[in-house]
Amino acid sequence: MKNRREFLKGAATGALILGAESSFGSTLALDRPSEKDKAKVIIARDPALHGLDGKLDEKRVGELLDRAIAAYTGRKHPVDAWKHIVVEGGAKDKVIGLKTNGLGGKGISTHAVLVFVIAERLQQAGVKPGNILVWDRNARDLQACGLTINTDPSRIRCFGSDVSGFEDVVENWGSSHARFSRILTRECAMVINLPILKDHSMSGVTFAMKNMYGVVERPQDLHAGGCNPGVADLNAFPVIRKKVKLTIGDAMTSVYEGGPGFRPEHLWQPNALIVGEDRVAIDQIAWGILDKKRVEVGLKTLEATERPPLYIATAADETHALGVNDRQRIKLIEI
Amino acid sequence: MKHLNSFSVGALVVLSFGTVLVAGCKTKNANPFPASSAIAGWEKSSETRTFEPKDLWQYIDGDSEQFIQAGVVSAATSDYKYQGQIEAVVDVYTMGGPDGAQTILERGQAKDVQTVRLGDEGLQYAQSVSFRKGRYLVRIVAYESSASTPQALMALAHGVETNL
Repeated sequence: MKNRREFLKGAATGALILGAESSFGSTLALDRPSEKDKAKVIIARDPALHGLDGKLDEKRVGELLDRAIAAYTGRKHPVDAWKHIVVEGGAKDKVIGLKTNGLGGKGISTHAVLVFVIAERLQQAGVKPGNILVWDRNARDLQACGLTINTDPSRIRCFGSDVSGFEDVVENWGSSHARFSRILTRECAMVINLPILKDHSMSGVTFAMKNMYGVVERPQDLHAGGCNPGVADLNAFPVIRKKVKLTIGDAMTSVYEGGPGFRPEHLWQPNALIVGEDRVAIDQIAWGILDKKRVEVGLKTLEATERPPLYIATAADETHALGVNDRQRIKLIEI
Repeated sequence: MKHLNSFSVGALVVLSFGTVLVAGCKTKNANPFPASSAIAGWEKSSETRTFEPKDLWQYIDGDSEQFIQAGVVSAATSDYKYQGQIEAVVDVYTMGGPDGAQTILERGQAKDVQTVRLGDEGLQYAQSVSFRKGRYLVRIVAYESSASTPQALMALAHGVETNL
């Protein structure tokens, strides 16, 4: 992208455009041509993703994303793949949200370079800059990712729910209550979920599903019981179920212990992107990745530390029916 | 102890940042955060933000629960920069008592931890320093690692310790 480095810089003071109609698209099935019965999850790795200086190689991140999306969609050319994602997601000529995660602060937040590359691919696929909205809880979280606030609707926008505000109506699902960000309810036709893989002191794992805590006003109300059933309930709300369609999980850097904050002594670089639509399946896979690393460094598994992410099974139960956690029903493709 | 008591009063004022002036306290506030250039090479690069237990999730999300269970009374944080290059964050947690500070400090230690002389107990890694002193728990984390990071972090930690 010609202006990749520039597109979020120089925050403009344009008025925030609100009021777009919510568009509840049909269930996305980007992997429909292949094994319908299994949830497809891609893990794309590049051991050389971080350079000798410890910084991400921007070019390699782009190449890694292209490989991951090609494997997921079955479309070799990135432009074709992204056009397919946009159309199937019901977002043609509509606003596409990129939901990052910057809560852990600088060092353990969704990497800006991933956001830049995705925004670039969307534009190459014909999405207007103004129809791309990078968002999170607030400006601080976005800045932790290395992003710059911009509300100018003629360019790629980047702002948090602290700007848009939340819906007045409290919605209920199961035992959970939430007021949703207007970015989700009014702006975005489709959301691409960009969590970062982390250990979590309460829920065990924070990744695809738990990133949705950043779309409600009072996420702290959903933390009881190891975030179970909070995570599952939240993801079952219709607005999330219908709009949050694709997850491109940032596992380029992760923290395997002491999360969700930045703990450099427990930091590691899986150098991977994890892609899929089934957030339950993605989190199930992510749990395995975290546990494998924990065992490698001599730590107990999450279950042994009494922090198993129980919300994953809850999300897969008949009541929530958000996806599959049965490993036999997950088609994991590692490239 | 007199100094500690003095700080306790001051801390309440500092941790109620917005009400410092309103309170009209004329005593010298004991601020745990070293001012810019008070420690060689270190600049304080942000305002101090403070959190009560009920709001702590806004800063550390799920981590807040373990602090609450350990009796956190308040938390304060500020960003720093060393020689314009190394960014770091200083967190000062005021716990209900020394036990709470000890509980948090002892959690999640990695194998490469080194004990250091700081407060009642200090721990250091390549990019972070943590210590407890009385009912205070301090965590200093650098976002970049370089040859000078550990020494610079220790200098900053000593600066904070002196203020407690």
